[in-house]
Amino acid sequence: MKKPVIDAQNVDLTFQTNDGPVHALKDVNLQIDKGEFVSFIGPSGCGKTTFLRCIAGLETPTGGTLTVNGLTPEEARKSRSYGYVFQAAGLYPWRTIAGNIKLPLEIMDFPKQDMDKRVEKVLDLVDLKGFGKKYPWQLSGGMQQRASIARALAFDAEILLMDEPFGALDEIVRDKLNEEVLKLWAATNKTIGFVTHSIPEAVYLSTKIVVMSPRPGRITDVIESPLPKERPLEIRDTPEFIEIAHRVRDGLRAGHDV
Amino acid sequence: MSKIIPVLTVLLALIVIWYAAAVKMNSTWTYDQAERAGTEVTFSELITDTMSQKRPLLPAPHQIVTELWDTTVEKKITSKRSMVYQGSITLKTTLLGFGFGIVIGIAIATVIVLSRIGRLTLMPWAIISQTIPIVALAPIIVVLSNAVGTGTLMVPKAIIAAYLSFYPVLVSMVKGLQSPDQMQLDLLKTYGASQSEVFWKLRLPSSMPYFFASLKVSVAAAFVGAVVAELSTSAIAGLGARMLIGSQFGEPMIMWAALFAAAILAAILIFLVGGFEKLARNLMGGRAV
Repeated sequence: MKKPVIDAQNVDLTFQTNDGPVHALKDVNLQIDKGEFVSFIGPSGCGKTTFLRCIAGLETPTGGTLTVNGLTPEEARKSRSYGYVFQAAGLYPWRTIAGNIKLPLEIMDFPKQDMDKRVEKVLDLVDLKGFGKKYPWQLSGGMQQRASIARALAFDAEILLMDEPFGALDEIVRDKLNEEVLKLWAATNKTIGFVTHSIPEAVYLSTKIVVMSPRPGRITDVIESPLPKERPLEIRDTPEFIEIAHRVRDGLRAGHDV
Repeated sequence: MSKIIPVLTVLLALIVIWYAAAVKMNSTWTYDQAERAGTEVTFSELITDTMSQKRPLLPAPHQIVTELWDTTVEKKITSKRSMVYQGSITLKTTLLGFGFGIVIGIAIATVIVLSRIGRLTLMPWAIISQTIPIVALAPIIVVLSNAVGTGTLMVPKAIIAAYLSFYPVLVSMVKGLQSPDQMQLDLLKTYGASQSEVFWKLRLPSSMPYFFASLKVSVAAAFVGAVVAELSTSAIAGLGARMLIGSQFGEPMIMWAALFAAAILAAILIFLVGGFEKLARNLMGGRAV
């Protein structure tokens, strides 16, 4: 039996705030295998982003065990196991697109000749060939977010963690980028963790959909998607798709039984 | 063009008011002279006289322009009476103080941003430093730096200029170095970046727009500091010293010409800093925040 890439056992996280403790995550159990595309969906405050940040070692659980490739998240971060994409592109306005993609490479001390090759490669992957010399303000919001994905891919991390990467974009751009993310996933065979608010987005992209609910943040349902790996946009009109979407909606509603 | 018309209108209004005020203020002297001579003054005589007195209470604008022209273009630059010579001394003090101010401002801001102890100890003192009148401090600074043996007046004058100019840089740099948001910091954390990498790659470049915005204020402060230093350290050279000499020896023309020379020099400095800011902004991506 293959060991999961990400293994969470009874993960708990309580934040101490001025208004008393806040139970952000309670008893989270989840295994993610290599090459899976896992979406986390749920209302605000359900801990989906917090859980992703735990995997990234940006937050430390207060209970339970969480391993990434058999290492602690902290160790995994130091061994450059993952690339993280935030909701905002967060490109440096004073660097060109190529310069922005080189940022992690500079920090991780990649050799100079190697950098240019890598920049070319990831720009090609996100369909931004020829934009390396542009500055961020010269690109549209969607292109900026693609550049930030390229930046996360540049150092060949095995896992890609995306925190509502397309949340700020309009639906047309979002559809296009969803298609591209799937292509990218097929081309690179990475393990992807993807936080979203959108049911169609979650169903369209994922092999596994994790439905979460708030107060305390917990997993209410884990849905293995029967959809094929090859997914044209039209798949969203098929009965299978609608059925999964329905189940996700039910899961979300069940979590809101208050 | 649309910017120039309102500016010229205000300028024109000021000149008209100025001429009227000059006639009014200088007329006392004209009437006194006439009374002693036992003659009457006609209106046209009054105008001509008030426009051309040697020691007017308020010189007319054209008199100041003439004096400025005489003391800048006509005089040799090496002459003590040349405003170019005097101005160059003030300029040297300003630039030296400005340079010190930038270095000190950035250094203190860096300590404040990077260390908690620095934040707690340095910031209150930086604020207090600006509440002490510089005129009161100036003689002390002169005496102290003489005691240390700096020799010339240049060093204490530059310290006084720096004393005023470091503060805007400090305040802006503290804000600028703290301007990256949590997401930016988290991103670098996921790369395993060290403190110094966060500083050089994120904090410092992010602070540049704040830095350049502060330079204009800072250079003006350094200039004021330089002139005040010349006024209050019994300096014998520089525009500030010329103003003092003009007022002490009853030479209003010298005083006013020095004042205008100072204003022009300050305007040039701010203009140059503004140009430098534009240049730097272009180098940093054209439309950097």
